[in-house]
Amino acid sequence: MTMDPSQAGAGKSGAFEYITTKKDELIGWGRKFSIFPYPFVTACCAMEFMSVSSTIYDTDRFGAALPRFTPRQSDLLMVVGTVTHKQAPILRKVYEQMCEPKWVMAFGVCASSGGFYQNYATLQGIDKIIPVDVYIPGCPPRPETVIDGIMQLQDKIAGARHPIITQTF
Amino acid sequence: MPTTTMPLERLEPLRERLTAAGYDAQPAHGLLAVTLPRAALLETAALLKTEFGFDLFLDVTAIDWPERDPRFDVVHHFYSTRDHVRVRLKTAVTLADPTVASLVSLYGSAGFMERECHDMYGIVFEGNPDLRPILLYEGFEGHPLRKDYVKEHEQPLVRYRT
Amino acid sequence: MSAADRKPAAKAAGMVLAVAPDATPSGAAWAETLPNPVRPAFDRPSTEDGVIVNIGPSHPATHGTLQIIAELNGERVVRTDVHCGYLHRGFEKECEAHTWHNLMPFVDRLNYCSGLLNEFAYCDAVETLMDIELTPRTRVLRTLLGEYSRIADHMTCIAASVMEMGAMTAFLYLMTIRDYIYEHLADLTGARVTYTYSRIGGLANDLPKGWIQRLEEILDEYEVYIGRIHGLLDRNRIFIDRTRNVGVLTPEEAVHWGFTGPILRSTGVPRDLRKDTPYLAYADLDFDVPVGIKGDNYDRYFVRMREMDESVHMIRQLIDLLPEGPLNVDDRRCSFPKKELVYSEIESLINHFKLVIDGPQVPAGEVYRAHEAANGELGFFLVSDGTGTPYKVHVRAPSFVHMGGLHRMLDGYQLADIISSFGTVNMIGGECDR
Repeated sequence: MTMDPSQAGAGKSGAFEYITTKKDELIGWGRKFSIFPYPFVTACCAMEFMSVSSTIYDTDRFGAALPRFTPRQSDLLMVVGTVTHKQAPILRKVYEQMCEPKWVMAFGVCASSGGFYQNYATLQGIDKIIPVDVYIPGCPPRPETVIDGIMQLQDKIAGARHPIITQTF
Repeated sequence: MPTTTMPLERLEPLRERLTAAGYDAQPAHGLLAVTLPRAALLETAALLKTEFGFDLFLDVTAIDWPERDPRFDVVHHFYSTRDHVRVRLKTAVTLADPTVASLVSLYGSAGFMERECHDMYGIVFEGNPDLRPILLYEGFEGHPLRKDYVKEHEQPLVRYRT
Repeated sequence: MSAADRKPAAKAAGMVLAVAPDATPSGAAWAETLPNPVRPAFDRPSTEDGVIVNIGPSHPATHGTLQIIAELNGERVVRTDVHCGYLHRGFEKECEAHTWHNLMPFVDRLNYCSGLLNEFAYCDAVETLMDIELTPRTRVLRTLLGEYSRIADHMTCIAASVMEMGAMTAFLYLMTIRDYIYEHLADLTGARVTYTYSRIGGLANDLPKGWIQRLEEILDEYEVYIGRIHGLLDRNRIFIDRTRNVGVLTPEEAVHWGFTGPILRSTGVPRDLRKDTPYLAYADLDFDVPVGIKGDNYDRYFVRMREMDESVHMIRQLIDLLPEGPLNVDDRRCSFPKKELVYSEIESLINHFKLVIDGPQVPAGEVYRAHEAANGELGFFLVSDGTGTPYKVHVRAPSFVHMGGLHRMLDGYQLADIISSFGTVNMIGGECDR
């Protein structure tokens, strides 16, 4: 009889689930306050990205200020601005060079859906080529919107489950 | 009349010279607009640079008139830093033979701008050694700014996930 | 390189990235070839010890997406191949599908650091074709807001370029002041970065109460902050060593390669469209045109700093010159009628309807109008066929032309100088690639 490994603790006192839940919360808390963004900056949203990283709005209080300028050392890919078809292979390559766990933030409407550029040159949303975790609308979004997006991403990171035994382990 | 001061009288000698050569040269909205045959382009540009002091090459682009033959109008703009005046040269080329002389021998800035015009319209600039795609990418087929290119026709490079 | 020698995307010499099935937990399960979107001008080093490196297009220190393929000999750059076009968003094709009014947001996003300057240049070109004379208040207000936008642009350029050389404090100071400017413009136009505020024949709305007072406060704070930047950088040994005699351009070279704006002025050529062929209210203003002495990076930095001071001086004069009066010209070909009239009179209703659906009917013809934008001569070449949608809207973008001459500033210097030279050139992707 095959038993699902995640049900291993079923029927016991629940101490196992308590420990794994607390472990998940600890990992989530640690990860959400130490985000290393890779700012994949292309267009006008860069202005708001610079503003949100600076003194008045400050992403540093979320632990997300320190950009790592290589995808191999970062975990949050912030796609800031329009991605064109010429740029698409570059974006895909950068995404694949990042290690797990990684999250993707589509910053601005051009990254989310192509914006109001609906023509031969513009990729209609980066989710056509990479999976996206949080979409931040705005053209460009106000810094408060960006911070709201980061906080929602933090909720998502904090709420992720980390089973000990998985399909791929 | 918009509030600008354009010293149009400084363009008079040039206008007389070009009209005497048989080209149509008219003042238009603050600059001198000249229509030329294609063969006269390079020598007129050299004349503008050496004799009339048009040392800054501003721009080259094309206009597509699909129901007209010749189909394209190739438009060059020049500026004189000495006299503060502008000149526009317009040549007509056909779809079957969209070639025009390149101005890279006169102006270094012509290189990139002619590449862009080639990308967008397919105008071939004879004498420009490098007409690689600049705004578009390798593998893009067609010339998007021609009127028969559908705006939404995308040519993706990366396979879509969904 | 022969012309039109295009290879199909899949067969171009490119990078092969194979992802084994089920290798990543996220489920990506296909082996994929990612094509190379550009064809380099050279793929072999010209010397024995040469090496070819690729910088960009996603590079933290290049502000804007640009790819520079450089051949290095040790630390020296032998030759470079500049590839732009990674932000080509099809501006011209989009403009042909919208009315003259509706394409204002696209124009805004050309040089996104100073959106208002692009809009005013475009509106000027359309107004020339339609033969419209602006009201005095709009003339002065457009000049004022243009200079205000220019300050924001120069601040962004200096902040980004010095940050790449390590001056993080200067970046944060300039971002703070720039944020005050953004909030202030948001009070007026509704948006911080891309405004869509200008209209053909006027502006969208008038100044709110207290706007001028806040403007004067911001200009005073600007003086304080810029004083600090001067103190941090002007006589800083490290900054001077990194920027003096780096990226030098001679005046003849600059004109030959089509440079305009602060780069041309840094070489010593005192050309400025605001002084040579004045437009808007510039003829009534008293200002200097700062020029550099050597055409290197330090001069470009300093010319921009001085231009900001000149802009502040101009704004102060314009505040005194600002007359009362209507904003939009009283021309029903382009100005929307008042809402009360639209809802009560049939003529205004039809006028409003035609303006929205068909767009302002611009007489057939061609026009080229250029303004002095933050980077140089920003020209709009418009072709109209008499209808409400443009036949062609072409932008003569200063950044694009500068990229053609960029290799003159990079070849022969060191690898780290690429970053500082590129920063001072202020390539704005939206303008360069359109």
